[in-house]
Amino acid sequence: MFELLGIPPQALFGQLLLGLINGAFYAMLSLGLAVIFGMLNVINFTHGAQYMMGAFAAWLMLTILDIPFWVALVLAPLVVGLFGVVLEKVMLKRIYHLDHLYGFLLTFGLALVIEGLFQWKWGSSGAPYPSPIPGGTNLGFMFLPTYRGFVVVAALVICLVTWYGIERTRLGAYLRAATENPTLVRAFGINVPRLITLTYGLGVGLAALAGVLAAPIQQVSALMGTNLVLVVFAVVVIGGMGSIMGSIVTGFGLGLVEGLTKVFYPPASNTVIFVVMAIVLLVKPAGLFGQTK
Amino acid sequence: MTAQRVIGVALLVAALVAPWVAYPIFLMTALCFALFACAFNLLLGYVGLMSFGHAMFFGISGYFFGHVVKAWGMAPEVGILAGVAGAAVLGAVTGALAIRRQGIYFAMITLAFAQMIYFFCVQAPFTGGEDGLQGIARKPLLGGLIPTKDDRVLYYVVLAIFLFGYGTIYRIIHSPFGQVLKAIRDNEQRAVSLGYEADRYKLLAFVLSAALAGLAGATKAMVLQFATLTDVSAAMSGEVVLMALVGGLGTIIGPVVGAFIIITMQNYLAATGEFVLVIQGVIFVVIVMAFRKGLVGELTDWWKSRRRASS
Repeated sequence: MFELLGIPPQALFGQLLLGLINGAFYAMLSLGLAVIFGMLNVINFTHGAQYMMGAFAAWLMLTILDIPFWVALVLAPLVVGLFGVVLEKVMLKRIYHLDHLYGFLLTFGLALVIEGLFQWKWGSSGAPYPSPIPGGTNLGFMFLPTYRGFVVVAALVICLVTWYGIERTRLGAYLRAATENPTLVRAFGINVPRLITLTYGLGVGLAALAGVLAAPIQQVSALMGTNLVLVVFAVVVIGGMGSIMGSIVTGFGLGLVEGLTKVFYPPASNTVIFVVMAIVLLVKPAGLFGQTK
Repeated sequence: MTAQRVIGVALLVAALVAPWVAYPIFLMTALCFALFACAFNLLLGYVGLMSFGHAMFFGISGYFFGHVVKAWGMAPEVGILAGVAGAAVLGAVTGALAIRRQGIYFAMITLAFAQMIYFFCVQAPFTGGEDGLQGIARKPLLGGLIPTKDDRVLYYVVLAIFLFGYGTIYRIIHSPFGQVLKAIRDNEQRAVSLGYEADRYKLLAFVLSAALAGLAGATKAMVLQFATLTDVSAAMSGEVVLMALVGGLGTIIGPVVGAFIIITMQNYLAATGEFVLVIQGVIFVVIVMAFRKGLVGELTDWWKSRRRASS
């Protein structure tokens, strides 16, 4: 077999796959954040907690109700999305007129409450979720577990469907119009507040869907979203929240960068995304795909 | 305002008597957090910059203090200076990058940098990783003039440091420089059009705030004799926001009140584990939904409206 700069291909491609999977989660989560921010003007700090809730919902459905993974993949995001809708109706709705800061603080507080409660009920050690597609294929240069391949493809499909829904459908057009000028869109007889609620539900559902997909790869635990959401913030700063496609590309790209760092200089793998963020801020302060400052 | 002066004198007397009434270590910890919260509030309350990564200055300064005193065997004063200098340099670097974006992005950027510093502290050789720096010896201050083994003596040192930091912040806010900061907070475009270079003012305020947070962090390491990862974590960044918010953003005494409330609460609830976080979360939600001015802000409003009604 060939070698690249002294790195065995098994290690290189293994880490690249891992990077691609991480990137898939960055993409799905930053996409949800961008969609929510566009409509609600709120940075949803609860995103990590809602991702965790998705994983937990799937795990509880499996262990208590014996609901298989494929059903949970649809059901769990619906349940968590509904929770998001309630949250929007009861709390978020009341703070749109305030500075962005308050949405950030409110959702941060909610994340503390949700994660604290889950930790209290189920502890902080993780619970395993059996892989729905066990086994894998030997590609010659590396071993590919089938489920991991599935996650990458599924994430791509989810991202592209979301992009299509927002950029190419009528509902998406309403959504973009309401982001630009809510008053005018309301004058046309479109129920903007309901659109906002739906958007939040959709964004939260996306986070939960990512959580369900992550359950068989990671341990299902109360704090699985805590650090992830911080990395996703950096991803969002790097990409800029102006463009849907930008979020997707940035997410996957940074996952790969992280994977490569793990191969060539492992100690920096935790921090590389933040370093990239610093460089982007120096060179292009608005973010790679951002338009305004 | 005479009422204000009376309250100020009463608080000072209370602070002087306190170590004979309450547990000195608790008081010193609370004072350190109070200074930390005031430093944070200098940015958010008076410049309108929301830093969600202030724990990096607080925590890294504690590590610098510990390393200088423990590994290099130098005097605690040098340790504190090293901590403050380190925090200021870190503040200059992260601040210069963060002020390139505005609003909510600023919060996310500072948060991300703090997370980076956290990972750095997990791996760096001088921080002791997961164990942190333990057993930093308490040495006498001013070349042996002030013995610090006695908690009550150390308390007055910490009180002096706190008052120095608090006084500095008071001076900054009430100086011409502080007026420009408030102008930037209220309307950045207008401040720029009047010829003020907003970015330079913001950066200087950020560095000052970082240095003061560093002063609080180093002092805390001196008091408790350890520096750990908790102090650089994102949770700590959230906690200082909570303290300032509970007391009242943009009020000078608010963060002190908030810090004492939160530290007291943590002391009583420490045994309940995860519930400390849940309760902190609930407080966040309640304040944002109902009491955005914080305790001191709401009280001042109530006082003013009462006086208006009576006159």
